[in-house]
Amino acid sequence: MQKDAKSGRETVEDTPQPPKVGALDIFLAFAQISISGFGGVLFWARRVLVDEKRWLSDREFVDLLALGQLLPGPNVFNVAIMIGERHAGFRGVLAATAGFMGVPFLIVIGIGMLYERYEALPLVQSALSGMSAVAVGLLLANVARMAMVLPRHWRTWVFGLLAFAGVGALRWPLVGVLAILAPLAVAAAWKGRR
Amino acid sequence: MDREDLLALFLHFLMLSTMAIGGTQTVMPDMYRFLVDAHAWISGKQFADAYALAQAAPGPNVMYVTLLGWQVAGWIGAIATTVALIIPPMVFTLMFARVSARNPDAPLGRAIRRGLAPIAIGLTLASAWVLVRSINHDWRGYLVTVLTMLIVMRTGINPLWLILAGALAGMAGLV
Repeated sequence: MQKDAKSGRETVEDTPQPPKVGALDIFLAFAQISISGFGGVLFWARRVLVDEKRWLSDREFVDLLALGQLLPGPNVFNVAIMIGERHAGFRGVLAATAGFMGVPFLIVIGIGMLYERYEALPLVQSALSGMSAVAVGLLLANVARMAMVLPRHWRTWVFGLLAFAGVGALRWPLVGVLAILAPLAVAAAWKGRR
Repeated sequence: MDREDLLALFLHFLMLSTMAIGGTQTVMPDMYRFLVDAHAWISGKQFADAYALAQAAPGPNVMYVTLLGWQVAGWIGAIATTVALIIPPMVFTLMFARVSARNPDAPLGRAIRRGLAPIAIGLTLASAWVLVRSINHDWRGYLVTVLTMLIVMRTGINPLWLILAGALAGMAGLV
């Protein structure tokens, strides 16, 4: 990690320097995070990476997560890739990916098989109906939480509503909607920055 | 499903994954549009079921993408959608992480994040909308949805318990 001897800024990291972390450690850590994550993995990511393994400081975790929000894909997965790369190069990236996605992949396929077999049963139907109602509530809670931390500004409402209207209500293809809205939204945020 | 369809599935999910800034729930409406509306490969009910099941399963919530692929084309479909989901974050993270890890609060990065956040919220709302439209609940279903939302926001309860409660309520004929 000491890539920046000249600028001297990276060398005063407050990161704890753990013993060498190999690809296998990375695989196991992210498999642990991923399968502990019933209903979301963020909580476990922080706990394992910061509290247990001490691969990241609190501050670094927040920074990497913020960076993950700028990048496509699930945020914790972005963090996994960064950590894998940092410790073990491309092998680490593959290990993090296999750990984070591999085991859940098999689990979810198992569930898919059961679903195909028992989908038609009335009891399964009604259980799924209740689960779906809850799943929608979880999504809405997500929306509310994300909205609460944003500044109350016309930008927020306008772009949020336009995105919803285009993709949700009108069912337009996402590519077109984003191609128009995203540059405008970023430009507006750039102009209105303080 | 023939080879061309499989390729179309892979490429569409690859494109969506590339656009999934702010989490994969933002591109869910377009998955629905593609799989259910445009191609009729699965029903709206199957789509909603895949989403609900993946929320209950251990693992990242995003695994519904794998389950959708599985429903469309079995193993090969599941692999196609999952690999399509993985590649863009990998490429972009490796490209940009090193450059910007030093300063995630640079003005341009902040403007992008601030600008895109409202869109991500609107798209997540669209995801909820798409699910609601595809499951045909009556008022009791909506009540469960609203209750879930309130409970999650007021307490730190693990969502899994709520999903379990939803399943039980459904089996008891309450939803």
